[in-house]
Amino acid sequence: MSEDRSIAAEQATLSYTLRVNGTDRPVADAWLGESLLYVLRERLGLPGTKNACDQGECGSCTVLADGLPVCSCMMLAAAAVGREIVTVEGLADDGELTDLQQAFVDHGAVQCGFCTPGLIVASEHLLSVNRSPTELEIREAISGNLCRCTGYGRVIAAISAAAEARTAAD
Amino acid sequence: MHVAESLEEVCALLADDPSASLLAGGTDFMVEVNYSHRRPRSVIAIDRVPELTGWRQSNGHIELGAAMTYAEMEHPLFAAYVPALAQAARTVGSPQIRNAGTLGGNLATASPAGDTLPPLAALGARVRICSRRGSREASIDELIVGPKKTTLAPDEVIVSVRVPALDGPQEFLKVGTRNAMVISVATVALILDRTQRSVRVALGSVAPVPVRAAEAERWIAEVVDWDAPAVPADDILVRFGELVAAASSPIDDHRSTADYRRHAVAVMASRALARVLS
Ligand SMILES: Cc1cc2nc3c(=O)[nH]c(=O)nc-3n(C[C@H](O)[C@H](O)[C@H](O)COP(=O)(O)OP(=O)(O)OC[C@H]3O[C@@H](n4cnc5c(N)ncnc54)[C@H](O)[C@@H]3O)c2cc1C
Ligand code: FES
Ligand code: FES
Repeated sequence: MSEDRSIAAEQATLSYTLRVNGTDRPVADAWLGESLLYVLRERLGLPGTKNACDQGECGSCTVLADGLPVCSCMMLAAAAVGREIVTVEGLADDGELTDLQQAFVDHGAVQCGFCTPGLIVASEHLLSVNRSPTELEIREAISGNLCRCTGYGRVIAAISAAAEARTAAD
Repeated sequence: MHVAESLEEVCALLADDPSASLLAGGTDFMVEVNYSHRRPRSVIAIDRVPELTGWRQSNGHIELGAAMTYAEMEHPLFAAYVPALAQAARTVGSPQIRNAGTLGGNLATASPAGDTLPPLAALGARVRICSRRGSREASIDELIVGPKKTTLAPDEVIVSVRVPALDGPQEFLKVGTRNAMVISVATVALILDRTQRSVRVALGSVAPVPVRAAEAERWIAEVVDWDAPAVPADDILVRFGELVAAASSPIDDHRSTADYRRHAVAVMASRALARVLS
């Protein structure tokens, strides 16, 4: 995968500032080819976003860029300047869970947990644009997120439950 | 690293350093970088260049910016004008990939499995390409000349793509191993042009480059009753499928056999024809 970052030593480095979870985060002396995923995890201390494939296939690295879910492994960090990035860490205060995260826990939708941050970001986006999604719409919204453990049933149940609780609340 | 703000700036940067890499959605580019197949020295991000973003309608044509994303092509307002392209966009990767991947990136990558290419070929799209030396226009077969091979010069950038807004239904069908996140095994784009009284068909993943099924197009244009279009008899649908499949030159690879691809193309072509005439 992307372990070979030693190339940074041979090449000119660059510094820039990203906007992550509402805060300006300077990145210093980075290699040009670093993905947003790498920079979030290795330079900005935000390991919630996961790396399982580094090629856009699994969705475990999903973040919001200007409000849209994207694979952070497919985004060049230096080209994300000026974009509003939200990671799973930006969805709730430290130590707290959102209602959606709690629903994942309650419904047994978290097993090994590796896919969970990506699923949370993708489904949080779904609920922000569609308050009462059908099962098909949920399946479509998480079709870019692979889970090896749950078989998706519990994930879909958790997202539906969170959606229902939110609509009931207002 | 340059985040370009205008087309002029992109052309000037490329003229000064033609070895710089253009970056749009990153969904092809970053796979190469992450796996160390590509070590960019200088990158020009073009995803926010106004001349390359969005789409507009003018004089019976639709002009698509090269940095238009699949998610934007899926939008109902756009889909109403160019349904085949919207359907193709809908089959690409996953929501995350469709939010980032662009039309220009699909063209420049020029994969035989590029899903926008058959609809563009069937529509007779004109691609506008710029450099500081000037501007030129190319058809899909002038731009894409082999698997992952284009006639783009190192200092050139794809700016936009022009397609006609046609009167008639359009279909894009894709065969792959499942619904999401799948590279095409075979695709068919079929477009009914009521004004010209023609059927246009192009195929993907079954030849080194997207191909038009010219003979099938000529044959079916004579067979359709243009004054009262209706679903043709089964033997006509089958014959049409055979003629379309004859235009393909598929290979065996890890995704499929050539025989299956030929078969899939024939079935999809008959099905698409029945749908546009129903
Ligand atoms: C998980 C995954 C699934 C995928 N699924 C599909 C699929 O189903 N169907 C499909 O067709 N593709 C698929 N792709 C491939 C990819 O998403 C598309 O080819 C996409 O259109 C590439 O566009 P981009 O903007 O991301 O290109 P980038 O990665 O930014 O660029 C790709 C190449 O094109 C060049 N380029 C980009 N824009 C221009 C321009 N305007 N002028 C000149 N050169 C330019 C770049 O320099 C680079 O060399 C998939 C990719 C991934 C990672
Ligand atoms: S790590 Fe980005 S999609 Fe798998
Ligand atoms: S819980 Fe293990 S991959 Fe989804």
